[in-house]
Amino acid sequence: MRAALSDLPLTLDDVSFRAGGSAILDHVSLSIEPGAPTLIVGPNGAGKSSLLRICMGLARPTSGIVTWGGRTESRPLRRAFLFQRPVMLRRSVAANVAYGLRQAGYPYGLRRNRVRELLDRVGLLDHADRAARSLSGGEQQKLALARALARDPELLFLDEPTANLDPAATRSVEEIVLGASNSGIKVVMSSHDLGQVKRLAGEVLLLVRGGVRERAAAPVFFDSPSTPEAAAFVRGDLIL
Amino acid sequence: MSVATLFSDPLNWRFAMLRRSFFFCLSGLLILAGAMWPSLAEDRSIIVASTTSTQDSGLFGHILPLFKQKTGIDVKVIAQGTGQALDTARRGDADVVFVHARAQEEKFLEEGFGVKRFDVMYNDFVLVGPKSDPAGVAGSKDITAAFKAIKDKQAPFVSRGDKSGTHLAELKLWKEAGVDLDSAKGPWYREIGQGMGAALNTAAAMNAYVLSDRGTWLSFKNRGDLDIVVEGDKRLFNQYGVMLVNPAKHPNVRVELGQAFVDWLISPEGQAAIAAYKIDGQQLFFPNAHGS
Amino acid sequence: MTEGLSAWQLIASGDAALLAIVRLSLVVSLSAVTCAALLGLPLGASLALTRFPGRTLLIVLLNGFMGLPPVVVGLAVFLLLSRSGPLGTFGILFTPLAMIIAQALLVLPIIAALARQTIEDLWREYRDELTAMDVGPVGRIATLLWDSRFSLLTALLAGFGRAIAEVGAVMIVGGNINGFTRTMTTAIALETSKGDLPLALGLGYILIVLVLVINAGAWGLRVWSEQRANG
Repeated sequence: MRAALSDLPLTLDDVSFRAGGSAILDHVSLSIEPGAPTLIVGPNGAGKSSLLRICMGLARPTSGIVTWGGRTESRPLRRAFLFQRPVMLRRSVAANVAYGLRQAGYPYGLRRNRVRELLDRVGLLDHADRAARSLSGGEQQKLALARALARDPELLFLDEPTANLDPAATRSVEEIVLGASNSGIKVVMSSHDLGQVKRLAGEVLLLVRGGVRERAAAPVFFDSPSTPEAAAFVRGDLIL
Repeated sequence: MSVATLFSDPLNWRFAMLRRSFFFCLSGLLILAGAMWPSLAEDRSIIVASTTSTQDSGLFGHILPLFKQKTGIDVKVIAQGTGQALDTARRGDADVVFVHARAQEEKFLEEGFGVKRFDVMYNDFVLVGPKSDPAGVAGSKDITAAFKAIKDKQAPFVSRGDKSGTHLAELKLWKEAGVDLDSAKGPWYREIGQGMGAALNTAAAMNAYVLSDRGTWLSFKNRGDLDIVVEGDKRLFNQYGVMLVNPAKHPNVRVELGQAFVDWLISPEGQAAIAAYKIDGQQLFFPNAHGS
Repeated sequence: MTEGLSAWQLIASGDAALLAIVRLSLVVSLSAVTCAALLGLPLGASLALTRFPGRTLLIVLLNGFMGLPPVVVGLAVFLLLSRSGPLGTFGILFTPLAMIIAQALLVLPIIAALARQTIEDLWREYRDELTAMDVGPVGRIATLLWDSRFSLLTALLAGFGRAIAEVGAVMIVGGNINGFTRTMTTAIALETSKGDLPLALGLGYILIVLVLVINAGAWGLRVWSEQRANG
């Protein structure tokens, strides 16, 4: 049921992505290895979402090659994706998680207990039989996280998951993400929020106008940014 | 609520819904099967293409139960105009035809679609019209004179216009009255292309004259201001005939059962049943199987 | 309202012939809707999820066919099922099965077109998530059908309303045979032509009440299960 093959390292080789005549990603080459969370930062329109979608396999690059564990074709069996706006199936909270488990091929008889563990992990145990769509924004994002974790992912992509959330919800989402990272899941996440990057990042990848401007371990990135754009981001300035 | 039930509930609920939808589909299929069953299982039945006049007058409602009681055969009646009923039989969609338009029935026989034609009964046509009688024909026994008067006065007249036996009889009467419909047609002459009942409804609504078979008229309930204005002319005589559809043309015809119905209709028992059908004490159809 | 009395008296007295007519109407129309749903829901869902040349044309056609005239459908089925037609050997003309086939054809475009619209809207929302969860084509259709079940119920009701109310198709392919293929609508047409307007009107009342009751029941079921199922 579960692919034994690893999706890591994930590599992009000279990847470009065009949509509607404009270049979104411009000759990007990078490799993602196991380890602490990779935070992708950059101004709006820099191509963060497209980069994540290509890494996930949701979008195909216009040119260039993506490989997962050396393979160019790989179903997203061990990858999961969290969208900025969580998509809630029109079912109960528990059924949303159970759906994720079923899609991951989790044995039927064990699902009920596993749903319970996952909901406990994201703090939604008390809401198990509520309508998923009646949850608040933060709760919905936590449920989406539980459903993503139900896939037992090796790689977890998050596209600005807290952009629409209040500080309390942001904090609990971050805690779950850190917990996932500590349990060995490779987290790749885009963010706008300087504080969030400082709290989560193992390494930072700065994307500007579709190109990787700077990539460094978090302490290096914050202490001695080597490009003016990175310096501006660290200062909290606007990057143009 | 314990944590355990909290957890079993939503999941169970979901599967309960799945089960429910499954049973919904299943019950739908069962309904379907139930609907198909009679058509597959019902062997002893025949389809009779007949006219609206025999059905609307209630004759079949009276005689068919008697036939069923005697033979166990279900007779399914498709009530159409004579022309349409003959076409239904031509297509092989009926086992027996029971209509009233001699010329057309003989054409049907000549084409080889019928086995043999038997006279069964007759009734008569009546000219029905408003009590105000704008054409001044009430009480006459001369139907062609009445038709001519209607045309001369341009009094409203409703025609079936559906190639039925009644319609053909009406056209024949216009011809005998010396009226050339093609040139005489005007707003006063209204062809509705529907059955006898619909024609009577229309005539009642417009206070028009209309040619009807007596049986349908007698059982018709929405008469409004209409009444019989002309009756008793020999030219209003209306003969019904019955034919088994030729199995040589359509092998699916249920020869044995169809023939049993034909035989019963012309038997003394069937003839007596026809004679016994009355509305308000009036006999509607006069059996003459071996008479003419 | 006195005009309707005779029919109500028939109902109240449990008149067997009348009950048989009501039962046949329900059986035929429910079966037709079930068949049309079994075909139309997957068809609408596939149409919502796939892209191929001529798809737009197909959707326009399907939407247009929502307004198919019943008599035309009836005539087409009649010609197919007639002994002289291509499917004549089965001998199902003038049977309830023929009526079910005709009504199913009439209702199929309604269910498929409404399902296509509903599911395409939901698919727009679900696409990324289901793709990310590696859900295959069949799983996608099943998920979308299940998650839009309450909207689809409305589509089924629309189809049922059309089926139970139409007279043209069942009259032609059923033949309005007393006790065998006579439905409420063909009975109304017949009683009207016999000039028994009170009985026709009474049957009309019954038909309307029946449709209202079924719609109200489905509405209640929808509200109740939406609450229970946590929509």
